[in-house]
Amino acid sequence: MEQVQLTLTVNGTRYSRPVEPRCLLSDFIRHDLGLTGTHVGCEHGVCGMCTVLIDGQTARTCLTFAVQVDGAEITTVEALGTPAKLHPLQQAFWEKHGLQCGYCTPAMLLTAVELLNNNPNPTRNEICEAMSANLCRCTGYQTIVDAVESAAAAMKGEAR
Amino acid sequence: MSAPAVKDHPIHRRWIGQSMKRVEDPRLLTGRGKYIDDIVVPNMAHAAVLRSPHAHARIKKIDASKARALPGVLLVLTGAEAVEQTGPLPCFANPPVAQYCIAVDRVRHVGETVAAVVAESRYIAEDAVDRIEVEYEPLPVVVNPGDASTSKGDAVLHPDRGANNIAHQRTLTFGSYDEDMRSADVIVRRKVRWPRSGAQPMETVGAIASYDEGTRKFTIYANTSMYNYVGWLMAVSLKIPAHKLNIVPTIAGGSFGSKIFTHKVLVLAATLARACGRPVKYVEDRLDNMTSCDNHGSDRIYELELGLKRDGTMLAFGMKVIDDYGAYLQFGVGHHGNAAAQLTGPYRIKSARIELTAVFTNKCQQGAYRGFGSEVNNFALERIVDAAADELGISPVEIRRKNFIQPEQFPYKIPTGNVYDSGNYGAVLDKALEMADYDGWRSRQADARKQGRYIGIGLASCQERSVFSSTEFWFWNHEPGFALTSSPESVNIKIDPTGKAFVTLYSPFWGNSPETMATQIVAEQLTIDPSDIEITYADTDQGLMGTGPGGSRYTVMIAGAIAGAATDIKRKLFKIAGHFLEASEQDLELRDGRVSVRGTDRGMTIPEIALQAYYFRLSLPDDCNSGLDARFTYDHPYTTQPNADRTDLGVFYPIMGHMCHIPIVEIDIETGQLTYLKYVAVHDCGTVVNPMTLAGHVRGGTVQGIGSTMYEHFYYDEQGQLVTANFADYLIPTLKEAPPNIEVGHVVTPSPFTEYGIKGGGEGGRMGVPPALASAVEDALRPFGVKIDTLPITPMKIRDMIRAAQQRKG
Ligand code: FES
Ligand code: FES
Repeated sequence: MEQVQLTLTVNGTRYSRPVEPRCLLSDFIRHDLGLTGTHVGCEHGVCGMCTVLIDGQTARTCLTFAVQVDGAEITTVEALGTPAKLHPLQQAFWEKHGLQCGYCTPAMLLTAVELLNNNPNPTRNEICEAMSANLCRCTGYQTIVDAVESAAAAMKGEAR
Repeated sequence: MSAPAVKDHPIHRRWIGQSMKRVEDPRLLTGRGKYIDDIVVPNMAHAAVLRSPHAHARIKKIDASKARALPGVLLVLTGAEAVEQTGPLPCFANPPVAQYCIAVDRVRHVGETVAAVVAESRYIAEDAVDRIEVEYEPLPVVVNPGDASTSKGDAVLHPDRGANNIAHQRTLTFGSYDEDMRSADVIVRRKVRWPRSGAQPMETVGAIASYDEGTRKFTIYANTSMYNYVGWLMAVSLKIPAHKLNIVPTIAGGSFGSKIFTHKVLVLAATLARACGRPVKYVEDRLDNMTSCDNHGSDRIYELELGLKRDGTMLAFGMKVIDDYGAYLQFGVGHHGNAAAQLTGPYRIKSARIELTAVFTNKCQQGAYRGFGSEVNNFALERIVDAAADELGISPVEIRRKNFIQPEQFPYKIPTGNVYDSGNYGAVLDKALEMADYDGWRSRQADARKQGRYIGIGLASCQERSVFSSTEFWFWNHEPGFALTSSPESVNIKIDPTGKAFVTLYSPFWGNSPETMATQIVAEQLTIDPSDIEITYADTDQGLMGTGPGGSRYTVMIAGAIAGAATDIKRKLFKIAGHFLEASEQDLELRDGRVSVRGTDRGMTIPEIALQAYYFRLSLPDDCNSGLDARFTYDHPYTTQPNADRTDLGVFYPIMGHMCHIPIVEIDIETGQLTYLKYVAVHDCGTVVNPMTLAGHVRGGTVQGIGSTMYEHFYYDEQGQLVTANFADYLIPTLKEAPPNIEVGHVVTPSPFTEYGIKGGGEGGRMGVPPALASAVEDALRPFGVKIDTLPITPMKIRDMIRAAQQRKG
């Protein structure tokens, strides 16, 4: 199948790769770039597992063709912290037990990044509103909301 | 085996009981989890599967020429071709039900595998799937479980197993059932319908299989669970010797029982890899998983009866139950074995009867889902207890309290023969009532009714059996095929020369916290700091016996295994230290990572002893060999054989947890919308290793239970089409459907039979919600006289029931 040249920036690194026009962004990120922190759960746009930030906004990569994001700047979970130096949101998810199997966690984290970028002082209701787009089958959500709430407080303290 | 010795549990503990942050998390939080779809094997090709659009049909002809001609396609395999190499899948039923990784000549449910393609990419494989042409001869479709006994001719799914679609039929009576029913003042009867739902973890099932011509051996990466228990059964399917198959576990993105077995996917990937000569990856997509996984949950129709004295004393509990098993019977009717573990709940019911009819229909097979059939029994029993309370005019609280097994009656043998180890059900109830402010809400409810608001207060007090032994899989069979009685768990602990602990587990991570549990327990046993403990998972080549998580067993079993291995290591530590310190071993103690002579400052740290153990053989006592490690296989603490006529099923699930759930809800009678005003869940899981992770299980399980109660349904239409095979129609609770605050309470009644007194707690949430929430809805709608006996109770159904009641009233 014919391929087109795609140029984009992912986590600060510029990539230029040939891709099939039908290649999903989720597959491109996971399999072409090897950034497997972005997960797929349904590939029909409901579960939210495949969420990344495209130019700072959350988007479902299973509903996006890679070629649609030519020139864009993508952020995946790999751009947050490392095990040795966690991002405050990751730290809060750890402390509040905001994950069990961890499959939904990258999407939850990026959704929270977007929320806190737009609204550094969210109310609990605003957190629920923002986080409700993604499924989690393990936690029952409560501790995810706790984690975002506590990260927001911690990040304020850090004078972002 | 008679009842095991009662264990003494030390009170002072350093690590057990701490809400330690999970060891698993840093890698999961940073996207470095390595789930099955993240694994890359050199030269790997990709598989996709053609699924049956028919619920029941004969496969007349498959023309794959167009698919094979597509560039990039490496292999198209039909069932007729696959069966030349690969035999039927493992089956616990007896007689077994033949099932293949690719259907051979007949499909029995929508979504069954008809052919598989291997190609250079998943995209090409899926293109090729679309080009396979299949000629089907449709057969009569059976969807209604009530039709099973009258099915005949082509409507019979497995003609080799009988002349109709009854898969298994048997009545078991425990105790003097008829007599007790005769002596009852009232017999309360109720019909209850539990619909099919499923675990649906966010990650599907997958496998990457390769075949090495050099060693003539398969290696399969998989997110499976029982690989060190019955993984060798896959070698049987593949018709290879078991030592020519190595299964390497990956972490799983959730399971809830659904990844216990996964043999279909593994055997398929291996069959394809062998046939095409390349490593093959096959990961189900969501449609694959929903239509053809091996883990749809129970699907039951009950006719229940509960005999009581007029004062509410329960005497006998009986049921006719039809269970719609779908097209195959992987675990036999083990789910009903499971339910028998706690058939009579927390109550002193003297006798019981189960008339079971398991049937075949043209639906996906059942498998394991959090509760494994006992959650359904909880729902049935608690619904009829509520009905009895209503009929007798006793409050739901009092009827329960009156019938609870009392703390001093444990160990308590229930009519089925299973023994409950310990419990304090009254204490759990009291704590839940207090946390919920039950009486306060009763008066608020009355006030709200005057204002036309519909508040409902639900209550369920039920069991969470934990730590299964394996007899439940076969004791229902008329002829047990393979009457296994082992379900152990193993561990290997190595202290390296620098004093670090390497702990090998033989069961996988599937979303629970095995590494955290093992770390806390090893730290407790050996007084090693958690940061000095490393956990790994063994493959089958290295595997000792491990049955894996499931039936809320893992923490209990791994604690037993670790205690066993740690005892051996401590023995050696003391021997070497005693030798160097010139002290008798009785005078030594292990504390904070150091063996010292009691009452002195003389001692050796574990790293100092370990260094000697590894490199200074000539300094060691004569009867000490080099190294410092131990392995231990811990068997189920208390299992006995069922008797021959199955009037006593033996002890098979004795570590008995308990819970009380109290949801307080408000229903908008115009829309049917339900809002949580409060949700209290009090659990007794014995000694708690990590309160934070246990609360996580309770909350997560509770929201899953809400899904089963309110929204989730694998709905098959008359043609046998699964019309809810996606997440837009199969409604998993989002944050909006979850209670904003599930208040978790614990009562601790240690098990006398397990290490530290731990009981399992992995399934409880989902096992408590359905009856609790159903009773809350019924309570809210009491003015309309609505009865809840069928799940799911979607907002639309609630609204319909209200409308119907309003019309009846005129
Ligand atoms: S995988 Fe993209 S929304 Fe589910
Ligand atoms: S932690 Fe498993 S899906 Fe959210």
